Amino acid sequence: MLAAKNKSMLDQLINTGNKSTRDGFGAGLLEVGRQNSEVVALCADLIGSLKMQAFIDEYPDRFFQIGIAEANMMGIASGLAIAGKIPYTGTFANFSTGRVYDQIRQSIAYSHKNVKICASHAGLTLGEDGATHQILEDMGMMKMLPGMCVINPCDYNQTKAATIAIADHHGPVYLRFGRPGWPNFTPADQKFEIGKALLLSEGADVTIFSTGHLVWKTIEAAKALAEEGVSVELINIHTIKPLDEAAILASAKKTGCVVTAEEHQMNGGLGDSVAQVLARQLPTPIEYVAVNDSFGESGKPADLLDKYGLSTQHVIDAAKRAIARK
Amino acid sequence: MADIQHLQKVASQVRRDIIRQTHLAASGHPGGSLGCTDFFTALYFEIMEHDPSFNMDGNNEDMFFLSNGHISPVFYSVLAHSGYFPKDELSTFRKIDSRLQGHPATHEGLPGIRVASGSLGQGISVAIGVALAKKMNGDDKTVFVLTGDGELQEGQIWEAAMFAPHHKVDNLILTVDWNGQQIDGPTKAVMALGDLEAKFKAFGWDVMHMEGNDMEAVVAGLNEAKSRTGKGKPICILMKTEMGYGVDFMQGTHKWHGKATNAEQTENALSQLEETLGDYAA
Repeated sequence: MLAAKNKSMLDQLINTGNKSTRDGFGAGLLEVGRQNSEVVALCADLIGSLKMQAFIDEYPDRFFQIGIAEANMMGIASGLAIAGKIPYTGTFANFSTGRVYDQIRQSIAYSHKNVKICASHAGLTLGEDGATHQILEDMGMMKMLPGMCVINPCDYNQTKAATIAIADHHGPVYLRFGRPGWPNFTPADQKFEIGKALLLSEGADVTIFSTGHLVWKTIEAAKALAEEGVSVELINIHTIKPLDEAAILASAKKTGCVVTAEEHQMNGGLGDSVAQVLARQLPTPIEYVAVNDSFGESGKPADLLDKYGLSTQHVIDAAKRAIARK
Repeated sequence: MADIQHLQKVASQVRRDIIRQTHLAASGHPGGSLGCTDFFTALYFEIMEHDPSFNMDGNNEDMFFLSNGHISPVFYSVLAHSGYFPKDELSTFRKIDSRLQGHPATHEGLPGIRVASGSLGQGISVAIGVALAKKMNGDDKTVFVLTGDGELQEGQIWEAAMFAPHHKVDNLILTVDWNGQQIDGPTKAVMALGDLEAKFKAFGWDVMHMEGNDMEAVVAGLNEAKSRTGKGKPICILMKTEMGYGVDFMQGTHKWHGKATNAEQTENALSQLEETLGDYAA
């Protein structure tokens, strides 16, 4: 019964065509700009990379080109928020976090400013530019800040929906997305609920919690495991903070073992957040698919995911290890 | 016409408050606070149109941002005397459960504070953001921001300095507290600032000079700065002050940058400063 349901749910997860999550951001920004006249956008010389041109074309007076000065951008965003605007900042994830951590900490997070920090080119899948740009620590840095909401959507449609939804959340948000074309499989008309885990397939043997680009890898893994008779409960945690603890506990209780998957360091990422919940409330075997205390390097996204342990096969192996520990 | 004598009386009380707050907390930054007292007094009691019932967004008000947040004692005192919060609350400065944090913060909801500051170099950027929003909103009021001079060693300052003229943020008045001192000694020895007038001019600012410990000059200077707004350039006032001004043994040295007076020194300092508006209850 459950196996059939598992298979039918997995069968519905179909790639409707590759599109980048940053394109989803660009589309979402235009849409939220149309819906809310207080939305303004700032960019540190990466309009094309962040796909912000459509917003700028329609609302040139609500856009600020900051130049290559990310610290100043965070401060200006704080000021715009003080006066009632809803600023969306755009630059690479690396320059949206580590480079400006203190500005975010003092002028935005500690000061409770309604700033949306929108960060593209996160993780290894940035590819050839290499480790200087492939930030893998950003979610950890952001989730440590009190009051910061941290979201890492998994495809074009989810990123677009999240970009629109965060305007209605009063407070600082870190929205993380990426560079490459990537399978687009969530519904185009979805309503994005911050902090609400998304059940992708029901299963009985192991739960895989995943976020961002790695969600598609876990879908591929779950389909392969289903062929071997392993039933995977697949849950997308798009919001790392606030974390949907109830969904995590309920599923871990049901399957008895857990895998987390993310394009991020193991230290400080989704896996850490899930492990903290389980360690305190429901000790459960957990395996991590994440980068293990290493910087990345130049290369094609698929090759990098293979080399650094984030491929479909790595998810399958982790699921089997978790099941063996039950 | 400004009542200079009245402003001087207010300033004397503010200076007493600075000495008493830092003494009671046995910590804090009296030196820079005393040096900027005349500026703060003129701003809050003469120059700015502002509403002590306090709205965070400050729409249709002049707004002030303190970038060098460590001189919080002077900020708190003028806010209290302006009616933002009861002056007796000054006695809680730097104590547990207080809204008067060591460095200004919004977290505890202290009226008058719009952003946290203390980690240096960030205030001009924030003020620019507010100034841009005012322009978008058709609000013709002015945004003021104060930085230290040592603070100009922070890189973000120059990011902001480049932005404001490029985007013609001409409803912004930056004042630099040019006292020539920082924690480790004179700025000339620690990290020389060079020709500040030439630097800000080269970035495209309208630069003025002002004597910061002469109330008449401060009021005239700030009025002059205000008259220069709306002309396509942000305004920078290089304000000469003396750290510790108003208390003879604290004047002109960096030694009182981050050090409170002991009981005897407090008595000596207070004897030099007339109680004009009534001390807050300790």
